[in-house]
Amino acid sequence: MRRINEPWNIKRSLVVKAEEETDMRFGHRPEERPIKEHMRFGIINLDKPAGPSSHEVTAWLKRILSLESAGHGGTLEA
Amino acid sequence: MTGKEYVCVMRLHSDVPEDKVTKVLDEFQGPLYQRPPVRSSVKRQLRTRTIYYNDFIEMDERNVLFKVGCEAGTYIRKLCYDIGEVLGSGAHMQELRRTRVGPFTEDESLVTLHDISYLFSQWQETKDESLLRKFIYPMEKALELMPKIHVRDSAVDALCHGAHLTAPGVLSLDSGIKIGDAVAVFTQKGEAITLSEATVSSEKMLKMDHGFVAKTQRVLMPRGMYPKMWRSTQQ
Repeated sequence: MRRINEPWNIKRSLVVKAEEETDMRFGHRPEERPIKEHMRFGIINLDKPAGPSSHEVTAWLKRILSLESAGHGGTLEA
Repeated sequence: MTGKEYVCVMRLHSDVPEDKVTKVLDEFQGPLYQRPPVRSSVKRQLRTRTIYYNDFIEMDERNVLFKVGCEAGTYIRKLCYDIGEVLGSGAHMQELRRTRVGPFTEDESLVTLHDISYLFSQWQETKDESLLRKFIYPMEKALELMPKIHVRDSAVDALCHGAHLTAPGVLSLDSGIKIGDAVAVFTQKGEAITLSEATVSSEKMLKMDHGFVAKTQRVLMPRGMYPKMWRSTQQ
């Protein structure tokens, strides 16, 4: 058995059902979000050091970046 | 639940020739049964998990370095133990590093705590926002691999209030969505609105002119970003 479809290599194609203009007065493209909002809904791809737990590192980051809330995407449970 | 990739050091309990190790690593690709280990955070019942690939890197005496791509919920400690059983030598997991979670890999987006504290203090001095955007990514990045549905501006606020998605709101969608699939619902600007469960297939969704197409499971966007275009039944 060799190399089966990794979920990160699935190719998708978008199909259009209807067309409409979006009103630029509302919302923002994700990369143009005001920085405050960007930080509130942002994600960091962190190279966590071995040793301190995900929970501890999240708490440090929350303090370093003075965030109201922070979470992590899951612990490494071997 | 997304795919993972790890780099792992497996320690063999007796000497095994390299060609035998690579052969058994190859055999451990595809779907396999796993019972979660004694110390685990899930119920210990037999379940199947798929190993997408085991890539042998190198071997130094009894230490085997390899890369494994697998489904969420695969226990690598167990995989090493099971490989050891098949080899007849016995083996255990010595070291483990996760190198991928869904769309997140060890690329230029990966930052250390040192990088972060440096870039953040630079931002405090210069107020140059691009420093923060270097390591903080929009939440939409996490949804990159999910099938997507884009909706009209007029449907956004209702979804933010927890409403299910109906056919007239849909503008475009990924092909190949099946009933029950987890999908991400986006605005035309590419902002994530909800995580939902498709209640019809892509083909059907394209043809429908009324009725529910996806059940809202999680709302990601705060209310009030887009105008309220729906009417309450009691007015």
